[in-house]
Amino acid sequence: MKFYFMHLMPYADLDQSYDEKYNSAWVTLPNTYYDPKKGHVLYNRYLDELELADALGFDGICVNEHHQNAYGLMPIPAVTAGALSRRTKQAKIAVLGRALPLLNNPLTVAEEYAMLDNITGGRLIAGFVRGIGAEYHASGVNPAESHDRFHEAHDLILRAWTEPGPFVFEGKYYHFDYVNTWPRPYQQPCPPIWIPSQGSRETIEWAAAPERKYTYLQTFTPAAMLARYMAMYKEVAQGYGYTASEEQLGWSVPLYVAESDEIAHREAKPHIEAFLNKFLRMPMEMLLPPGYLSLQSMAGVMKAKTSIGTRQSIDDVIAKGMFLCGGVATIRARLEQYQKEIGFGHLLTMLQFGTLPAELTRKNIEIFAREVMPYFRG
Amino acid sequence: MGPTVTTETVAGCTFRLSRAGSGSPILFLHGAGGAAVWLPFMEALAERHELLVPEHPGFGASDTPDWLDNVGDLAYFYLDVIDRLGLEGLHLVGASLGGWIAAELAVRSCARLKSLTLVAPAGIHVKGVRKGDVFMWSADETARRLFHNQELAEAMIAAPQNEAAQMARMKNSLALAKLAWHPRFYNPDLEKWLHRVSVPTLLIWGEHDQVIPPAYGPAFARLIPGARLEIVGDCGHLPHVEQPVAFVSLVNRFIGGGGT
Repeated sequence: MKFYFMHLMPYADLDQSYDEKYNSAWVTLPNTYYDPKKGHVLYNRYLDELELADALGFDGICVNEHHQNAYGLMPIPAVTAGALSRRTKQAKIAVLGRALPLLNNPLTVAEEYAMLDNITGGRLIAGFVRGIGAEYHASGVNPAESHDRFHEAHDLILRAWTEPGPFVFEGKYYHFDYVNTWPRPYQQPCPPIWIPSQGSRETIEWAAAPERKYTYLQTFTPAAMLARYMAMYKEVAQGYGYTASEEQLGWSVPLYVAESDEIAHREAKPHIEAFLNKFLRMPMEMLLPPGYLSLQSMAGVMKAKTSIGTRQSIDDVIAKGMFLCGGVATIRARLEQYQKEIGFGHLLTMLQFGTLPAELTRKNIEIFAREVMPYFRG
Repeated sequence: MGPTVTTETVAGCTFRLSRAGSGSPILFLHGAGGAAVWLPFMEALAERHELLVPEHPGFGASDTPDWLDNVGDLAYFYLDVIDRLGLEGLHLVGASLGGWIAAELAVRSCARLKSLTLVAPAGIHVKGVRKGDVFMWSADETARRLFHNQELAEAMIAAPQNEAAQMARMKNSLALAKLAWHPRFYNPDLEKWLHRVSVPTLLIWGEHDQVIPPAYGPAFARLIPGARLEIVGDCGHLPHVEQPVAFVSLVNRFIGGGGT
């Protein structure tokens, strides 16, 4: 199992009473809530945390992409990845964004990823996503075109990386007479590609296809659902005639480890609850605009009457396996159990979440790196 | 009485068509909510006219054809439908999204039309006058903003929902997003060509429309030669639903309610 530190870079200084006036930390929350002086401190603190993870031997560090919100301050993840690329020495850098459908010219992603890959000498992991529903309100891009634009942009980028240029690309949304990307990626034929998802059969069937075999990353999901989707990937791969390796399966989960279960619970509680109830907060119409999911998936969501919009406590998310929290022994045991039962090869720990302050984040990173990672590395 | 419902196929798309009454033909193009239900204003119009109410491709019981990308596609589709059904001297009436389709159709060809009635149509943008963000509103908020009379909104909210109705609503929302998400409820090219509308045109707007604000009425009236604008009092975005008597009387007076 490989270990990564995934950061969202939330605006942790957000006035937590914002929700008395606004129904979401996304899209419609006025950016006057953002103080650039505090933002300056936060960005540098968060970059320090990712650099610390590199120094402590994490296999990788991950940045993220979201737009017009207090939940994550990385609308352009290549800026943070670029800052990290020179200050870190050994960790892979995974950009778990680039919401392809939002772009008018996806070749910019082929270019920025290739630059990162060249500067780091092949430490880039290339994420491709559609963005969450709120992104379609923020960008104006039509959610009903989201799937098609994603696939077309992906095909364009892959060809730009792997086919000699210049060549002509003829798509429905993108048409270029000269595709001739400079620089070419350092890793050949291209960087490893990861597909973060909240869980969907369509995405799994696409990612697991033999010509792709992309790493499928299940993000912030109850453990039972995680197990279901990981099993689905393996089963789909068997259907394609091969056995999926653990390298193809990843799990992204907020995690807090401390000196004991009791200390971990007490220290994490206000911060994970801020993450759940303040930073993630958004109405259904913002999260799931029409077309973002297929009608069939949408019907499933409606039927499941998801927890979206309802308040959640630390105990709710611990019970569902959406948050790993405890002393060293507890964390080791739970990870061992999940890994054995579910068999994922990449664990993306979100060691900072919500309002978790610098000193607790640092302690979390250090205990995880010193007490948990070596236990699994043997 | 109620309509006769048939299934027709035009341009490779199978769609549901309701029709009732006799006399000079009216083609009614529905708005974002679809046309699954035969409404009182339809019954009233069918007393003196032959009323045809199709469900748009992508909506309700109609197919979603591969070619459906934008409102212009629906304008050409309905020109094909008019040809296929052999309609002449047609009174074209469109509400909201349907008004946008009707306007796009009329700038392409008025050859088969005798008149055009646009009820709070989408289709253009007036700088500084924002339309309601129907994609951000919850179902309850949408109901409250659609109607001026809040008793109607509360009745709509309280109406029992079954799974089929919910699926139909999601299908309609998807088609609406495809057509109207961006640019939001308009085609930047439409206003350049509205001068091509060469039949008498009536614009009807609810005084308290929160979806497409009444300021859009005068803008449309300026763009379509000779168009007349009627404002319906105590009314939101759906004059034909909220004030059916006033609506039907306006339409009948405009197109001549004398039947053939």
